[in-house]
Amino acid sequence: MEKITRRKFLSVSLAGAAVGALSASGQALGAGNFMGYPEGMGVLVDLTRCIGCRTCEAACNREQHLPEPALPFDDMSVFDEIHHGGQKRRTDENAFTVVNRYDQAQGKPVYRKIQCNHCNEPACLTSCFVNAYTKTREGAVIYNSKVCVGCRNCMVACPFRIPAYAYSSALNPVIRKCIFCYDTRLKYGKPPACVEACPQGVMTFGHKQNILKIGRERIRTNPGRYIDHIYGETEVGGTAWMYLSGVPFEDVNFDVSLQKEPILANAQAFLSQVPMVLAIWPALFLGFHRLSTKGNEDVDENIKSSNREESQS
Amino acid sequence: MKSFKGITLILVVLAVSLPFSGMARNLDLPDTVILDKLVNLYQGAEFDHEMHTEIAEDCTLCHHHSVGIPATDEKCARCHNTESVLERVACGDCHAVEPFSAQYLSEKEAETGLYHVDKPGLKAAYHLNCLNCHVEMGGPEGCEDCHERTELGDAFYRSGSYAPKGGGRGSAH
Repeated sequence: MEKITRRKFLSVSLAGAAVGALSASGQALGAGNFMGYPEGMGVLVDLTRCIGCRTCEAACNREQHLPEPALPFDDMSVFDEIHHGGQKRRTDENAFTVVNRYDQAQGKPVYRKIQCNHCNEPACLTSCFVNAYTKTREGAVIYNSKVCVGCRNCMVACPFRIPAYAYSSALNPVIRKCIFCYDTRLKYGKPPACVEACPQGVMTFGHKQNILKIGRERIRTNPGRYIDHIYGETEVGGTAWMYLSGVPFEDVNFDVSLQKEPILANAQAFLSQVPMVLAIWPALFLGFHRLSTKGNEDVDENIKSSNREESQS
Repeated sequence: MKSFKGITLILVVLAVSLPFSGMARNLDLPDTVILDKLVNLYQGAEFDHEMHTEIAEDCTLCHHHSVGIPATDEKCARCHNTESVLERVACGDCHAVEPFSAQYLSEKEAETGLYHVDKPGLKAAYHLNCLNCHVEMGGPEGCEDCHERTELGDAFYRSGSYAPKGGGRGSAH
């Protein structure tokens, strides 16, 4: 083995550190700055328009070929259902969107449609170690169930608790969720089935930048009708589905404590150091080791050679 | 569909031939309009135009700026402030029957009109205007109070003879 000089050791490890630091800072710049593809589509959901008719649920069921529901879609008793832990209905393997009713202290109840919000930087995607998820250029967060191993990391990672697990499947349990009707509609420039079915025009479909403008304009021109915030514009780095509400968002069970940065940003500072540590530490400590044991080796060699000489004589 | 077109035609003829349409209450307005451009899950709705003109009094609540009365809404009145009568006054003349076709979507996004970019399609326009007013005024609010559901509708909502027989999903948590 080539002898490691002190000069060589220092120059190599410094170069390594520089490369590591550069790549780390490059990634750090990227985190939190991705506001979606320019051609990305979005949906603006106006809660002040929703009447809780559940037509969107029926449209989703048909479009996605989901199994028969337990109750007809015109049965409004589902709004009174209380599930595990006192919570209202959630999306599950057989319902990629659900509407819930939220009674208000004053005034009429407010209905809220729940489905995947299709984040700009999806936590489900970054948490998936088999890379099953894809954020398409059109804005949809889709997944490949063929590679899903059923680890359910994405269920934990999702800040909106959307991905559901096919618990009922004994042989091939996979993750199931709203895919923005990507395969059948979004890909061809059409809005998802729920948007088109809605009788009240609750959902406005368009390029994300355009529907954001429409949302701001509705707030500006209807003083008193809306809370001055578009939910999803900045939450967890921005989402393709965004919401206008006439009541505070926490009163319709939106999580208003979510950070503005993508979920990914929480782990990135740490994770970006891992390759650097893996690349540099072995060289660094090997160098230290070689340097600190250099004298000892010489001593060892001397002892060995003197031993040999003794045994020969 | 035919009858609706006929009525639209009558409306158009009326609107054009009567220059003093600002006096809308003296016009020979249609008594009933059949709204059936969107028949699919529901039948068309029979709209009692005469009764509604009496209740509403203000034509612009539905016809906005198209029947010769300057728009009352401040933001609309910035442009639509004359007493001119448009040739087309039916809802479906301005609100698109298919607001989600690729062509319409791209046209809408290219629209430079300040507020028209947020113009709802025909289905949304009907429901937003009719139902919201019904809620406010205490009118009927049920779907089938205005239009009867079709066989297609029953299948879509999994209701009536298409209702779940049980043994559907059992895993809802």
